[in-house]
Amino acid sequence: MKPFRVHKGLVAPLDRVNVDTDQIIPKQFLKRIERTGFGEFLFYDWRSTPDGKPDPAFVLNQPRYAGSSVLVVGKNFGCGSSREHAVWAIADYGFRAVIGSSFADIYANNSTKNGLLNVQLHEEEVAELLRRAEKYDGYQLTVDLEQCNVQDDRGFLARFQMDEFVRHCLLEGLDDIGLTLQHQAEIAAYETTHATPWSKPV
Amino acid sequence: MPSAKTLFEKVWDAHVVAEPTGRSPLIYIDLHLVHEVTSPQAFEGLRVAGRRLRQPGRTVATVDHNIPTEPRGTPITDPIAALQIATLQKNCAEFGVRLFDMDSPDQGIVHVIGPELGLTQPGSTIVCGDSHTSTHGAFGALAFGIGTSEVEHVLATQCLPQRKPKTMKIEVDGGLPEGVTAKDLALAVIGRIGTDGATGYVIEYAGEAVRALSMESRMTLCNMSIEAGARAAMVAPDEITFAYMKGRRFAPQGTDWDQAVVYWRTLASDAGGRYDKTLTIDAASLAPFVTWGTNPGMVVQITGRVPDLNGAPTETDRRATEQALQYMGLQGGTRIEEIPIDRVFIGSCTNSRIEDLRAAARVAKGYRVNPKVRAMVVPGSQTIKRAAEQEGLDRIFREAGFEWRESGCSMCLGMNPDILQPGERCASTSNRNFEGRQGRGGRTHLVSPMMAAAAAIAGHFTDIRKWKFQ
Repeated sequence: MKPFRVHKGLVAPLDRVNVDTDQIIPKQFLKRIERTGFGEFLFYDWRSTPDGKPDPAFVLNQPRYAGSSVLVVGKNFGCGSSREHAVWAIADYGFRAVIGSSFADIYANNSTKNGLLNVQLHEEEVAELLRRAEKYDGYQLTVDLEQCNVQDDRGFLARFQMDEFVRHCLLEGLDDIGLTLQHQAEIAAYETTHATPWSKPV
Repeated sequence: MPSAKTLFEKVWDAHVVAEPTGRSPLIYIDLHLVHEVTSPQAFEGLRVAGRRLRQPGRTVATVDHNIPTEPRGTPITDPIAALQIATLQKNCAEFGVRLFDMDSPDQGIVHVIGPELGLTQPGSTIVCGDSHTSTHGAFGALAFGIGTSEVEHVLATQCLPQRKPKTMKIEVDGGLPEGVTAKDLALAVIGRIGTDGATGYVIEYAGEAVRALSMESRMTLCNMSIEAGARAAMVAPDEITFAYMKGRRFAPQGTDWDQAVVYWRTLASDAGGRYDKTLTIDAASLAPFVTWGTNPGMVVQITGRVPDLNGAPTETDRRATEQALQYMGLQGGTRIEEIPIDRVFIGSCTNSRIEDLRAAARVAKGYRVNPKVRAMVVPGSQTIKRAAEQEGLDRIFREAGFEWRESGCSMCLGMNPDILQPGERCASTSNRNFEGRQGRGGRTHLVSPMMAAAAAIAGHFTDIRKWKFQ
């Protein structure tokens, strides 16, 4: 997993609340058996018209947001389906960080396994970032996971908090299966001591 | 003196394998359910890392999400879907996982067959790469959806690092009125607390109305809890749970059963158990519900109207309402009962079990589906399909003009050929009314099975409490 330390990039504002993972990656793209190549289908039903052409009204199709790598979103981002394909699509498109006031549980867990940083700020701070990303052409933010803050060069500075272990994994780009396997002896002990006669493997 | 514990705390504490300093606790997973859509990349990850399954016997797979509901044996015309199914078959063979395949008499939606086969057991931990894993909490299991990386994690280690969630008790007092079901209760809860109202929480449903629910209704209630953002939902196991489970294929037998029941009886929350949040609902105040918008929290009673923009408390709400009305092709103020529909879908892990089909058939009996409506019934599993056919439910549906199909997830998410056309409006017993969920441009209204059947016949939403059963 690619470590996340400090990232500076162009900001795209997605000013909608309760964006569900069905919108992030519609179901017709879930049949692939690879982890890669989902970026071109990110927000597909919003990004494209019914005949498959880019919809110029959608934020990511506007030339000024081309190449953006920080996405600012409304509350409860990533709700609904557990599909990790949503995170794969966001990361594959080129986003390194998503900034919002709240994120759905499963989506947030999936993000941390893929080096995608979700930054939780207060609702007013997110509203201000949405405003700035719309107002200023080429608006950039620096997301600093070492210092746990987000800042622009116009005086915006906000601190954020996150689970220390998740932060550690993101900073180091750690494979957490490897970490769990360090506990093999404890897992084996658990399996012996907690064996219930009625809960048998099939 | 031991302190009082909740159902969740008892199950959690019994599954902590390790508590490494500065890290999330490691939780043991008793049962891992696997399906074709969220597993291929996980198996591939194992292969790349040279890892095997720690406990193949605690892993069970089926195909449900993208399989057609045409008669079995009809070739799968979508080559990408066919490859995904073939990939699961290959992975299960290679890694030693038991698979209930397309042609199995036990095939069905993963959250339907777990309980049906007796795999789902009180006090256990259950995960699946599917958000509706919360369904299994109806048995007093701690069951939650995970992503594909976590699927790989569980396959390799039988454990997951998990932050301990908070707890929310939802106490439902009194009794549900006639015509009001667990689906309506679930929609009422989501409407009350919102689609992020339970984010970070495990819900425990309690109270007289919950105790009175059948296992299948409890499954419907727990199933929908993810739509309120909940990590999981639980109901304490009781005599109704044990009666449902007894004799099922993978349920304990003989003296094992007796021992298991003794343990399961200890799981209910102790008096004085503490929750981070509590909510009380008066069951008698509920009515049949219909969603009007593009998330399950956008819901009103059948006697209500589509909200208008003036009622939105904040600018954000106003815009969300506006976007939803536009997508749904609805005018604020329209009476719900006046909304005509084109399609009806009875099925999904929320409402495809035998009691759901019985309830819908009771409504349909002696009537004909409105000529403008195409209606389909998709049983949750092959076992349910056989049972329904034995009872003659299929005949009632067919005679009324419903399509009677093979089991699978079907039009709940439209990964198979069962989808809505742009602009089509559907009364659906499924769990999500997100934009495009049942097909791009399709408009989904979530309802109970009885309400869906009645809408199929009337051609518009109608109050099941006034239905003339034949």
